[in-house]
Amino acid sequence: MGRYIIRRLLWVIVLLIVVSAVTFLIFYELPSANPAVLRAGRSPNPALIAAISKSLGLDRPIYVQYWLYIKGIVLHFNFGYSYQFSLPVRTMIFQRLPATISLTVGAVVIWLLIGIPIGIISAVRSRSVMDRTAMGGALLAISAPSYWLGLVALYLFANDIGIVKIFDGAGTYTGLTADPGRWFGSLLLPWIVLAAAFAAFYSRLLRSNLIETMSEDYIRTARAKGLSERRVIWHHGVRAAITPIITVLGLDIGTLLGGAVLIETVFNIPGVGRLAYMGIENADLPVIQGTVLFGAFFIVIANLVVDIVYAFLDPRVRYA
Amino acid sequence: MSPLLEVSDLRVEFSTEDGIVHAVDGISYAADTGRTLCIVGESGSGKSVTSLTTLGLTRGRNTRVSGKIEFDGRDLLTLSGDEMRSIRGNDIAMIFQDPLSSLHPFYKVGAQLIEAIRVHRSVSRSSARDRSVELLTMVGIPDPQRRVDQYPHEFSGGMRQRVMIAMALANEPKLLIADEPTTALDVTVQAQILELLQELQHRLGMAIILITHDLGVVAEFADEIAVMYAGRIVERGSAEQIFFSPQHPYTWGLLKSIPRLDTPREGELVPISGRPPSLIQRPSGCFFHPRCPYVRDEHKRIDPSLSDVAGEPGHEAACLLPTELRSRIWRGLAAGETPAELRRLVVEDGQTVPVSGRRPLSQEEGS
Repeated sequence: MGRYIIRRLLWVIVLLIVVSAVTFLIFYELPSANPAVLRAGRSPNPALIAAISKSLGLDRPIYVQYWLYIKGIVLHFNFGYSYQFSLPVRTMIFQRLPATISLTVGAVVIWLLIGIPIGIISAVRSRSVMDRTAMGGALLAISAPSYWLGLVALYLFANDIGIVKIFDGAGTYTGLTADPGRWFGSLLLPWIVLAAAFAAFYSRLLRSNLIETMSEDYIRTARAKGLSERRVIWHHGVRAAITPIITVLGLDIGTLLGGAVLIETVFNIPGVGRLAYMGIENADLPVIQGTVLFGAFFIVIANLVVDIVYAFLDPRVRYA
Repeated sequence: MSPLLEVSDLRVEFSTEDGIVHAVDGISYAADTGRTLCIVGESGSGKSVTSLTTLGLTRGRNTRVSGKIEFDGRDLLTLSGDEMRSIRGNDIAMIFQDPLSSLHPFYKVGAQLIEAIRVHRSVSRSSARDRSVELLTMVGIPDPQRRVDQYPHEFSGGMRQRVMIAMALANEPKLLIADEPTTALDVTVQAQILELLQELQHRLGMAIILITHDLGVVAEFADEIAVMYAGRIVERGSAEQIFFSPQHPYTWGLLKSIPRLDTPREGELVPISGRPPSLIQRPSGCFFHPRCPYVRDEHKRIDPSLSDVAGEPGHEAACLLPTELRSRIWRGLAAGETPAELRRLVVEDGQTVPVSGRRPLSQEEGS
């Protein structure tokens, strides 16, 4: 197991290098704009643009730029400076990480609390009215784009522009340490909107897993033992059907920690996703590069964690 | 005294989108303490449904069950779900075909045994664990102290089936239903498992119902044999009667498709041609007629019922051929003649005693 983890961690490094190189290359070949021009004011002259290019290091060959970038990360854990804000990218990301983590954790709690019970009930009462209603609703929730759902939610429920003013609207995010009550209130609507599609997806996934599991031979054995149906479902059925859910959950958490770009943008939450969006808008390469690397880091680590957790959940899986 | 388990006129029907499946169609049998009843038939003949119904595991919205399953003086079909649950795994236990898929892959063998004990006995976890080790010892698993903490996938096929048997016997049931317990196992292991079952039966004095598609398996083990075809029992008798004077063409087919070392090589295996009938659209007349080498025209119309074989108490068969002709055909088959050759007997017999109008139906069915 130890050797397996070390081998996987080495792969994480390789993967992150590849991701950074690809991001670099894409931005170099297909820039969203010329960063130097964006910073040169209303009527820039070529000399000014050249000077800005030089100060940003954009005049050097791409491999030199890339080499310096990687060197900075490896030696000093320095992700460069934002072209726009002249702040260290590392600091910018770490400042925004709490908002992204808050958004992710809250949404995860909500979608598990909603998705898992619905999935189980739908599986146990499959083809019932309840099941059909829940799965129909789930299909809607999965089909609705999250940014659209977010805008509709704001339009309906935000306490500034909403028709029924019951939730804090966009741009009200407050840090947890600053004011826990406002933190909770400001994130409630984004949590629900973000959780909707996930809850729907998880309930459908769990439902189909559980229906399949309940036809397994070992469920028949459990019933033949004389166990109560409740214990058969929970102890034998759900235990087996939940395992793939844990896998997907790990990956989803990893993805969201990299920044829920759309939700953070719609609700104006100062998280990593919003930072990435701003970076793209402003052709701010170090910011884009930094957020992409962070996102990739969370995803590969989540993958690793999932694989390790899986070995504990399913005794048949052993890594060597 | 009435037997431990007495099934009478049991019918199980499932309604599906394609129509009603007549999985079990009016069967009756009995199983008694210390005895072994073997139910033999192809897949889809209703043998497993019969036993699952006995355990109350086929109850559902789309299922219709009628008849009677009397166990220890109670009709199981009238019991509530909770009453049935207190019998399952306690008075009646069951083991299944594939021991790997029948054990929960995520729980240690010990945990699964402890669960089986504690669901019916209010004992502490540690004494249930001691009992688990004892059970593993009883079914011949070496090093049970260590094995009790292992997962099913760490056991070999035969050892897994021993675990299943240990689990089934955890509460010393009065009746053990073994549904194809050796089918998924190696031939050498098959014999060991059957020996183990037999030995445990002697020790614990339970009734066993052994379900199998393989008559070869049951030869030494069975006291009584019931042959099922398309949801019905087509022949029933003692093991001796079934092996030495079988009366139904389907039983002949089953017997002739067992490989044997003591018969000559040529023509030794005679498969039963065709496939089992659909249980939704069942054949007219005798259900076996589309596959029967000895079929006569009227067999396609007349539905035979189980009736006594003359001179053999306890032996019943549902066949429209005259008893004397059946004996001649079986003697021919036993001597190595093929069904095609023997068909001439049916034709000759039909010519000497024309069927139409001469014999009343009751006699036809009764013979």
